[in-house]
Amino acid sequence: MRYLPTTERDQRAMLDAIGVRAIEDLLVKIPSKSRLERPLALPPALAETELIGHMRALAATNADSDSHVCFLGAGAYDHYVPSPIDHLVRRGEFLTAYTPYQPEASQGTLRSIYEYQTMIAELTGMDVANASIYDGASSLAEAALMAHAVTGRGEVVLAGGVHPLYRRVVATYCDGPGVKLRDVAAPEGVLDAAAARKAVGAKSAALVVQSPNFYGCLEDIAAAAEIAHGAGALLVVVSDPVNLGVLEAPGRLGADIVVGDGQGLGVPLSYGGPYLGVFAAKSDFVRRMPGRLVGATVDHDGRRGFVLTLQTREQHIRRAKATSNICTNVALCALMATIYLSTLGKQGLVRVGELSMAGAHYAADRLAKIPGVSLRFAAPFFKEFTLKLSKPPERIVGKLVKQKILAGVPLKAFDRKLGDCLLVAVTEKRTRQEIDHFAEALAKAVA
Amino acid sequence: MPYDNQSRYDRLAFELSSPGRIAYSLPESDADVATARGQIPAAYLRSEPAELPELSELDVVRHYSRLSQMNYGVDTHFYPLGSCTMKYNPKINEDMARLAGFGRLHPLAPEAASQGALQLLHELAGMLSEIAGMDAVSLQPAAGAQGELAGVLMIRTYHASRGEKRTKVLIPDSAHGTNPASTAIAGYEVIEVKSDANGEVDLGDLARHLGDDVAAFMITVPNTLGNFEPRVVDITEMCHARGVQVYMDGANLNAILGITRPGDLGFDVCHFNLHKTFTTPHGGGGPGAGPVGVKAHLEPFLPTPVVVKSGERYALDWKRPKSIGKLEAFWGNFGMHVRAYTYIRTMGAAGLRGVSENAVLNANYIMKRLEQYFDIAAPGPCMHECVLSAHRQKKHGVTAMDIAKRLLDLGFYAPSTYFPLIVEEALMIEPTETESKETLDQFCEAMITIAKEAETNPQAVLDAPRTTPVSRLDQTKAAREPNLRWRPSS
Repeated sequence: MRYLPTTERDQRAMLDAIGVRAIEDLLVKIPSKSRLERPLALPPALAETELIGHMRALAATNADSDSHVCFLGAGAYDHYVPSPIDHLVRRGEFLTAYTPYQPEASQGTLRSIYEYQTMIAELTGMDVANASIYDGASSLAEAALMAHAVTGRGEVVLAGGVHPLYRRVVATYCDGPGVKLRDVAAPEGVLDAAAARKAVGAKSAALVVQSPNFYGCLEDIAAAAEIAHGAGALLVVVSDPVNLGVLEAPGRLGADIVVGDGQGLGVPLSYGGPYLGVFAAKSDFVRRMPGRLVGATVDHDGRRGFVLTLQTREQHIRRAKATSNICTNVALCALMATIYLSTLGKQGLVRVGELSMAGAHYAADRLAKIPGVSLRFAAPFFKEFTLKLSKPPERIVGKLVKQKILAGVPLKAFDRKLGDCLLVAVTEKRTRQEIDHFAEALAKAVA
Repeated sequence: MPYDNQSRYDRLAFELSSPGRIAYSLPESDADVATARGQIPAAYLRSEPAELPELSELDVVRHYSRLSQMNYGVDTHFYPLGSCTMKYNPKINEDMARLAGFGRLHPLAPEAASQGALQLLHELAGMLSEIAGMDAVSLQPAAGAQGELAGVLMIRTYHASRGEKRTKVLIPDSAHGTNPASTAIAGYEVIEVKSDANGEVDLGDLARHLGDDVAAFMITVPNTLGNFEPRVVDITEMCHARGVQVYMDGANLNAILGITRPGDLGFDVCHFNLHKTFTTPHGGGGPGAGPVGVKAHLEPFLPTPVVVKSGERYALDWKRPKSIGKLEAFWGNFGMHVRAYTYIRTMGAAGLRGVSENAVLNANYIMKRLEQYFDIAAPGPCMHECVLSAHRQKKHGVTAMDIAKRLLDLGFYAPSTYFPLIVEEALMIEPTETESKETLDQFCEAMITIAKEAETNPQAVLDAPRTTPVSRLDQTKAAREPNLRWRPSS
């Protein structure tokens, strides 16, 4: 076995040194009645060539975004991943390092996280970003708990446009601490300000809005901030950082905490994970923040260096009183995002946003002209929009996937009232030709 | 400008930036950007550009290559970090996770067009169930701590479904910090149970705390001193007699593969750290994956959705009315699942048992070779890791941390230090099965050298490390004057 270097001769020498006859003699503390007296019932071991054949066969049955033209979004997007990212994150010094608890031997990871924190703070318009949470949904759950801890209030109000799967994760995390969730409907695809004003009150720890929201619509974040702050609640904004080259930083519009999924920043689609939980906040709240933080300091000789800091918030120090239970996060995905943002840079991220936005508007215009297809909401959108179809969306999706088009996400499973709707996303990867081809196929399918 | 030799490399991407440089390649727009902008209210559009670096592609590649060289990884260094299972991460796992059908598959692709991915998830859950002796496994938790949260929430929902209100969870004082933290988030009061001098559960103290208000007892097997708890079956039976569910923290599963199984020991729930036992890379702190396994009575409470097979079709089952809910937006860290699946299919049953046997052999070998030079926290034989104490060295002013730093100079990453909390000046060493005898011998020689230095030349240890990119860092300054982001003036 190529991963086990200890030869029989080595084993013999080691057992002799220990002073026992067999490995079995080292397992004496395990009661014999508790032993597994048979081999594990697992499929037989495969040689590398056999394994590759098996895995390729499994992978080949999946409609991936290489073999298909992808218009799927709803929290995961087919953005372009520049080539250097994967080459760099595969370097063993990054890939196979542990959490940087020994900072002198981990400056590479620590520096990249410090860069990441800076870039996320810059993009979101917040003072401080942490080293990452698991994904956008768990980041939002942590934000809800943090708002509860900061304000001492027991209720979190969620705008109707918040991703329904995020909402379910928030509900899971809020169950134990007994934080109540309250929803404000979005009948027109965006937050109903009057209803929000009624829902947010003295018990509210936070108002949560997502922009662009689950339906693709842009929310009025400044108006939401006014509502939240008017009631002494925090404003939590769910934001996709890859859009923030073009869209205003939520921090400039009044957000107190900004969370989101950074998957679009160079992280592969990978069937839903691992992704990148972005978490940023105002500096007032830094000591209540979940997760790891990297700070700059100096070494014994006065040189700049970086360390994990403010660790008394964390579980390995504070245990039951920690701000969160998170330990392992998604450092390597944060590294992908850091390299992505270094590669795209000041101009490139704007370009990605513009191309996605322009492509989406072209596509919406083109698709909504098809008889039996219309835009469901009138609100402004960015790179994703909701279509109303005259035929069941699931059937349309099934037809188009046979033509190598991933047409969009049917909304029935998320919101029964939108059973006739399809959510369509357009990234900078989609060409005019692909969009036209999609339009032709959709026209035929709904005819 | 100073020369950038690697040993003194001290740049951040922002400091390499030069206005006008680009490292990307994007097409010209086919569509009209100005028109699209015009359809979005001006107040929603960015008023000031984000200050991101402006670099060439080579700038990016060289900068991050150089940063990587400031790290120790398993690929470059022996990493005897206790409880972290820093074993070799096979390269084939990386290739498999990057097959387009896995790496570029959208989570909401139609189910009929994601059958291979669903099959892999279904089979992996089945293999993990067999390995742990559990009836069902959810792959959704993103890491061990989230697996713990899921497990404790399932226990909570289970008790509630029986109309029982239990408010406390018992956790040994030797536990990982995530155990009490996860339990607290799940809404429980955490009660600490004492360990005896060998790190084993004090059964008397456990019995005193067991009561009708206790929901669960959460323990790590083997325990954090690297020892198998010999009375573990008595413990699970004691708990069950009082209606208490028993949770096994699976962080140390690498010690028992194919030898014994949590389910057979009486555990109701256990989590797996795929980034420990099942070779997915740690990535400098994640991503990991923390699947959670349960016995049949807890299966209705598993996170949604559950991957099910009916006939030859695989599907996501969302109709789980008793479920604790969701933990991540989608189905878990699939990329890690592909790697773990690849590993298990590579190893087979005999291979996995060989993993644990060699892991145990290696740890005992190290303990034996070092017992003359360091205090041993608990008598052996140990399982996959051993805990030493720097008690003897501390008399010379040399602490566990100093020893860790000196090891960095001698070409090794450090053991875990100051954990478990019940051992003074703890040095927790987990060699894993993938290291050769030669490497273990070199490591032991280094440890012996340091033990001798502590007596004859402690300053050499206290001054360490000297060969790393930076020397010891001022942690107090970092915490007192938090500098958490770069600014142009800094």
